[in-house]
Amino acid sequence: MTDQSKIRNFCIIAHIDHGKSTLADRIIEMTGLLTEREMQAQVLDNMDLERERGITIKSQAVRIVYKAKDGEEYIFNLIDTPGHVDFNYEVSRSLAACDGAVLVVDAAQGIEAQTLANVYMALDHDLDVIPVINKIDLPSADPERVINEIEDVIGLEAQDAPRISAKTGLNVEDVLEEIVAKIPAPSGDADAPLKALIFDSVYDPYKGVIVFCRLMDGRVKKGTPIRMMATGFKAEVVEVGYFGAGQFIPCEELTAGMVGYITASIKNVRDTRVGDTVTDDSNPCAEALPGYKKVNPMVYCGLYPADGAKYGDLRDALEKLQLNDASLFYEPETSVALGFGFRCGFLGLLHLEIIQERLEREYNLDLVTTAPSVIYKVHKTNGEVIDLTNPTNLPDPSEIEYMEEPMVNAEIMVTTEFIGAIMDLCQERRGQYGGMDYMEETRALLKYKLPLNEIIYDFFDALKSRSRGYASLDYELCGYERSELVKLDILVNREEVDALSFIVHADTAYERGRKMCEKLKEEIPRQLFEIPIQAAIGSKIIARETVKAMRKDVLAKCYGGDITRKKKLLEKQKEGKKRMRQVGNVEIPQKAFMSVLKLDDK
Amino acid sequence: MPKSACAEREKCVPLELYVHIPFCVKKCDYCDFLSGPAGTERRREYVQALLKEIQGVPPAEGYEVISVFFGGGTPSLLEAEQIRELLFCLKKKFLFSPDAEITIEANPGTLTKEKLEIYRNAGINRLSLGLQSADNRELRELGRIHTYEEFLESFFLARKAGFDNINVDLMFAVPKQTCEGWEHTLRTVAELKPEHISAYSLIIEEGTPFSERDLNLPDEETEYRMYEDTAKILGQYGYHQYEISNYAEPGRECRHNTGYWRRTEYLGLGLGASSLYQDVRFSNTSDMEEYLREDSCPDKIRRELHRLTEKEKMEEFMFLGLRMTEGIRAEDFAGCFGISLDEVYGEILRKYESGGFLEQQDGFWRFTRSGIHVSNTILAEFLF
Repeated sequence: MTDQSKIRNFCIIAHIDHGKSTLADRIIEMTGLLTEREMQAQVLDNMDLERERGITIKSQAVRIVYKAKDGEEYIFNLIDTPGHVDFNYEVSRSLAACDGAVLVVDAAQGIEAQTLANVYMALDHDLDVIPVINKIDLPSADPERVINEIEDVIGLEAQDAPRISAKTGLNVEDVLEEIVAKIPAPSGDADAPLKALIFDSVYDPYKGVIVFCRLMDGRVKKGTPIRMMATGFKAEVVEVGYFGAGQFIPCEELTAGMVGYITASIKNVRDTRVGDTVTDDSNPCAEALPGYKKVNPMVYCGLYPADGAKYGDLRDALEKLQLNDASLFYEPETSVALGFGFRCGFLGLLHLEIIQERLEREYNLDLVTTAPSVIYKVHKTNGEVIDLTNPTNLPDPSEIEYMEEPMVNAEIMVTTEFIGAIMDLCQERRGQYGGMDYMEETRALLKYKLPLNEIIYDFFDALKSRSRGYASLDYELCGYERSELVKLDILVNREEVDALSFIVHADTAYERGRKMCEKLKEEIPRQLFEIPIQAAIGSKIIARETVKAMRKDVLAKCYGGDITRKKKLLEKQKEGKKRMRQVGNVEIPQKAFMSVLKLDDK
Repeated sequence: MPKSACAEREKCVPLELYVHIPFCVKKCDYCDFLSGPAGTERRREYVQALLKEIQGVPPAEGYEVISVFFGGGTPSLLEAEQIRELLFCLKKKFLFSPDAEITIEANPGTLTKEKLEIYRNAGINRLSLGLQSADNRELRELGRIHTYEEFLESFFLARKAGFDNINVDLMFAVPKQTCEGWEHTLRTVAELKPEHISAYSLIIEEGTPFSERDLNLPDEETEYRMYEDTAKILGQYGYHQYEISNYAEPGRECRHNTGYWRRTEYLGLGLGASSLYQDVRFSNTSDMEEYLREDSCPDKIRRELHRLTEKEKMEEFMFLGLRMTEGIRAEDFAGCFGISLDEVYGEILRKYESGGFLEQQDGFWRFTRSGIHVSNTILAEFLF
């Protein structure tokens, strides 16, 4: 059994590109994977076995051994945190599994929006935060300024912060010593009933679900009957262990303070929700750990197989992905334009993109994705309230009392020269100004309350382009607000294309409709007849563009008797058509269904 | 005697022969055909190889040759004797129909009175002259080696030698061309009364000098008008359009080319030549060294042999047959494939019929005038 005083559980937090992964790599490199005692126990054999079976772990956690200057060996559990606002809840659970955090700040760029968001979240979890100034080898590095910024803005003592270069390894050892000295050792009670926090889980075809957890109290080993306190799921432990670099290393027992994994022949990650508490069913703890919530999708879109015959393949692929991703939601739906497909829910746009890419790459599916939508609350005149995830299902306006849309509190960090431009952007996106704090003379933190549907489209891109890449964004959901929303329908060749409908604020409907028509005009290739593209609210047409008819497409050359060549040319033409969806008489390219995402201003 | 194999002539299967002569004086700037300049010795070697290939072809029993086409390149660049020898060799090998159409392609500047007379005596009864334009500035622009005046000279020489079936190749949508310029070319040529006019639109092919130049090409609308004008103007002179790019006086349609669109079997002889023979499509090697080295033995030079499936034959029936303005006959389709046209292609045919791009008349399906302009898009639909 490991002495808790020699354990340090921590994570690294940073704004994107400030060097989190580089520092993690450097730390792993500079430490060992096993204690001397474990080396003698020849656990290596086990590792080889694992390696042969090809089981690798996501890099969510790694256990390393550091021999400190005091001569003692310390076990470090480095827990990774997802770096995107879509996964804020997962971040918070990862932080809850730690006792401290290393805050990496770029010596040239200083504090950014995500830095702040992450630090505040870490402080909320009562974590001790050790600031580290990275990239001091850069010519533009200004560690003094950044240290002052950390002290002024966050209020963390930073004068003694290690000044490092994770890239070159300079002073990284100071970070390791700081971890030993400043991050508290866990203080759980190994003899109390089992109480472990799930911070991640993966599905493995051999072992079933592998539950990543931090033991707060108690102990767990093979045979322990466990129960997930929120879902109520029960199972018997098959194996426990900890995380090597890329392997699962089985061990006898996990005890209070340790970070490791449990397997129990669990079939589905839905039974092992992130944030849930694992306890001993025969000797349960009095209450679950705080902070659990069931994460719900925030963004929905339709996913359709480009080839209708692949519907079954898409269903199978989604089923498999869901094994590993409890926050992925899907249910069958039908579109007049696109046929059979699924309405899928995601934590955010990044999550959507990840799933889409995995379906295309790992499952070799060609997909048509419809424009993402947030969940609107539709209050009907009969008192019923609908959660609307597909614009097509919006009831008739006469049945609607009013609608509400989800809002977020956004914080945007920006250098002062771009404040005007960013404020304009937020204004255009219906933002409510919530104040501004100056970080220092040249930088400010803008606070806005914004509708989520204004953010999920191209807000991030617009933000970057209007600040020459300098603005950073963080946001969190803050409830629903009543709003004047309308459904914008798109008619192609006078037929409504359900998959192109979207919900928009009444004030921007005209503008969006116009841009959507323009965009579709670019996306839809000319066909044998003229194609009017119209945007409509109800029966009122608010914008129109026309795709002119193709005038000439003649293969006039004869190529002697080389019919094969002629056929190849026709085949190429036919191939192009395959990437289109037939809607009425019109062929619409697959990517046109995402047009609404690209209505950028510039 | 192979000729006796086809005792009852009416039971013979028609066969066309294409003979490729891959030589020219200078390659035109838009040309991507298999052709190039070569010296006398190389041309002699090639003719020898070609003769061997012809001799090596297995006897085509039960076939009767209805057309021969010497294409290129510029076949008239060869000595007239060489052409005569080739034709002689073909006649020895295959059974010829008495009224076989025998065409040679020629470019102005490569013809003499003597050559034309030898052609006539050898049995060549059709001449295809590459003119492209009646405007010398356009000819220069295209990289042609001759002037309009030199064409005229060749044309009249041919008439004098007795050629009463002449085609003139023209090209529109060439750089800097206007509708007026094209009309001028059409009228100037039509007034000469050749029996047949081919009018192709310039297609920029990859790898040609044209593909790398910033060409001032007519826009789509102009090209559309030029194509419309072609049928209209030539119609005034008594030519009717019988295929996407071909116009003829009544009864003077090129039988050889029509054979390609109607899927008549043909054997291609010479470098890179394509064949459709007994349901197999194949082409000879396009590598001259290889062609000569393998002694032009048919078994060794044939490439990309592909036996057509029933579906591929249907596709071809449609996308080739519809090139003819007459169209395709539902009855012929059923006769060929034992399944009705409607069952296989009814949906597509009706879709384009309702759009006004196809029409049916007297059992034929054909392009309408608006359909022919966008025929490529529609033809692609008939592929499975």
